[in-house]
Amino acid sequence: MVSMGQRVGRHQPGGRHQPGGRHQLGERTPAGEAWSASWAQASPLDRGLSAATELEVLARRPRIGERLIKAFLFLCGALSILTTVGIVYELSKESLLFFTRRQWEVTNKPLAQDIEAGWTSFEVGTSGASLRDGALIRVAGELMRVEAIEGTRVTVVRGVGGTTAGAHGAGTVIEMANQVTLREFFGKTDWNPQIGRFGIWSLVNATMMTSVIALAVALPLGLSVAIYLSEYATDRARATLKPILEVLSGVPTVVYGYFALTFMTPLLRSIFGTGVVEIYNTASAGIVMGILILPIVSSMSEDALSAVPNALREAAYSLGATKLETALKVVVPAAFSGVAAAFIVAASRAIGETMIVAVAAGAGPNFTFNPFKAAETMTGHIVRISGGDLSYNSLDYNSIFAIGLLLFFMTLTLNIVSQRVVKRYREEYE
Amino acid sequence: MSKGRERRAVRSDPWQVGGGSGIEGDGFAPRLNRRHRMANVWRTVFRLSTVVGILALGLLLVNIINDAFGYVAIVNTVDPLELGEGRPLEELPKETLVQILEANVSAGLFRRFAHDEPFEERASGDVINLIYENVVKPRVVNQWTLLESLTQRRTILTQGPVDYPGASERSVRVRFESWVDVAFITSPQSADATRAGIRTAILGSLWTIAIAILFAFPIGVGAAIYLEEYAEETQLNKLIQTNINNLAGVPSIIYGILGLAIFVRALQPLTSGALFGMTDPTTANGRTIISAGLTLGLLILPLIIINAQEAIKAVPNSLREAALALGATRWQTVWSHVLPNAMSGILTGAILSVSRAIGETAPLVVVGASTYITSDPNGPFAKFTTLPIQIFQWTTRPQSVFRNIAAAAIVVLLVLLLSMNGAAILLRNRFSKRL
Repeated sequence: MVSMGQRVGRHQPGGRHQPGGRHQLGERTPAGEAWSASWAQASPLDRGLSAATELEVLARRPRIGERLIKAFLFLCGALSILTTVGIVYELSKESLLFFTRRQWEVTNKPLAQDIEAGWTSFEVGTSGASLRDGALIRVAGELMRVEAIEGTRVTVVRGVGGTTAGAHGAGTVIEMANQVTLREFFGKTDWNPQIGRFGIWSLVNATMMTSVIALAVALPLGLSVAIYLSEYATDRARATLKPILEVLSGVPTVVYGYFALTFMTPLLRSIFGTGVVEIYNTASAGIVMGILILPIVSSMSEDALSAVPNALREAAYSLGATKLETALKVVVPAAFSGVAAAFIVAASRAIGETMIVAVAAGAGPNFTFNPFKAAETMTGHIVRISGGDLSYNSLDYNSIFAIGLLLFFMTLTLNIVSQRVVKRYREEYE
Repeated sequence: MSKGRERRAVRSDPWQVGGGSGIEGDGFAPRLNRRHRMANVWRTVFRLSTVVGILALGLLLVNIINDAFGYVAIVNTVDPLELGEGRPLEELPKETLVQILEANVSAGLFRRFAHDEPFEERASGDVINLIYENVVKPRVVNQWTLLESLTQRRTILTQGPVDYPGASERSVRVRFESWVDVAFITSPQSADATRAGIRTAILGSLWTIAIAILFAFPIGVGAAIYLEEYAEETQLNKLIQTNINNLAGVPSIIYGILGLAIFVRALQPLTSGALFGMTDPTTANGRTIISAGLTLGLLILPLIIINAQEAIKAVPNSLREAALALGATRWQTVWSHVLPNAMSGILTGAILSVSRAIGETAPLVVVGASTYITSDPNGPFAKFTTLPIQIFQWTTRPQSVFRNIAAAAIVVLLVLLLSMNGAAILLRNRFSKRL
């Protein structure tokens, strides 16, 4: 560096620069001195050549340290990709297990007669769980596929899945395979792992209930707050009110759960009657969740509203519009993309919110549209069943991942939609 | 709008062509009034919404404070003063305490205590705890909120002691209990609500947060530097950026599930400490502090990256150009010019992310926080509980007295969060002054 500076200094035409400063600065260092000595000895042609080669050397010298640093920093960034890949991979892998795992359920239904190896139709007892058409059953190690059921007489295909058909004595208990199918998962409304019922809709429905209630609270309130802060409040009022509201979103969600259970639920019960409102209910959880996402809506919307240029407001005023008309008919439509994005982000947050619903919404799946009844949401269910020591090779463990995958896609879709909305409907102002 | 108005004006008074008188003649004034009324009504609505928001915050805090202090009525199975023959247990020497314990519990139970830890090695506070848990057995039979305690003090003090059938008047003690106090913070968990504390939970929180920040801060800042200073406009880099934005919106419980699958299960030899021969004999699985810390680290990583990116973006380009013009390499520019200038913003963002991590509950429940531990965590491979987990568990207990200690724990958590945010502001001010 020093030598470069000197070279430039020497080649500069004498007149314009002070002869003192730069030369002295360079020659103070020993390297500079050595270089200037060799420079003085070399012929003019050499000088040009050596300068050129040295420059090339400078440019070409591999900077291993720099490369390593860049590679390390890239890895830091790439870790985020790895996280996403990890999430998708693990969720999918275990979900796949969830849908392929065969769980043997003891039906407590015995064979009513001794059967021979060649029989395809026999009597079974009346007790125990009923068999299903097409179900896979196991009788003392032999697999059979149920073809038809008429009263207590079943017709089967013997020796399925590589097992050999044999003779079985009366009283041998039949086991039935439980396998969760996608059709059952998305087609049924009762979720009860103990008896092999895996209809996701009771959980999704509860999630939707709490989220819709939360949004019904947070969207109008949040937008009103945003309009007030951006259009009506003085700068000073905004500077104090906005951070105070944002404190709300900094409070841990488990605290909101506590608030829902100890304040909102008793309040609802005293208003609507203890007979109507259960101790755990989706309304209480939803309202409190609305308070939680209120600052998200108000803050993001306020940012969007404030970004609308004043010229638009002034134009509206000059046409005789009142402040309200300006706000609702000019400013809010102009900031539509930001406000819509705020709404969608809030919805995504509501769907993924866990602790409030885990504490206040109820601990048991329940397919109901009554907001005063207890119902377990997707997130609440995950928290409840993973609370204990969960064994890795169980349907419960896999079901966490199946629910998680659904949750992941729901929130991801909302987030992507919100980004699209911002991009597509953004009004650009100079 | 104005067009319609004019048309109507013309219709109502065809001979008046001039604008002004037409407007006055036809109900424009009432309509204007109505518009102004609407404007006023809605202004009030907007203002009220803001008030409602702030009110909600106030209610939240008041509700917690209200539960964290107040009178309690306690029934002791045996009066502790009787045990100490008139002197409080705290004043007695340890030998006497051990004798009291031996005299009042079964021989088998006493032997078990001695077996767990010899009495010579126990502190006298520990022995007092044993006496309380096994002999005195205090039960909270009623509690009043702070508001009730302040407004109905007389009624509580006079009627409180005699209200409980089955408990003699002497054994009922009514006293004002501040659930948040030094003993609450310093004593370990206990099944007895009046003696339970959050020491293990606080230590667990600190451990997990420390691991999370050690993991996420360098990587997060590194990623931010890469994206802001190095990355060219390639598809891969765009993908990384989009991906980070999306990760910030993933619900925290999904991170918990990821942590369960990766850190707890797949990396069990590592996270249980088996690889280092440091397994905690009571757990010996991956549900440890380090799993929880790494999970939280992944959770706050996108937040740290996004905040750090904003801070780096805010550094004026002239600084970089000046450094590069003097022949500094890219890394030298970043290290000596960009980072010092962006550090205040980066740190503020990091502290805010950490305060988010401290309050996280759901991912830790999924990763496998322990429900009940009384011993302090002794390293990254110990099983853990954290402050929010403790709050969650106490809140969901059916006995209402646990709500009080949950409220007390919330007070501690909120104070912790407030002081962290305060520290963030202070730090930012200090750094920005120095530069």
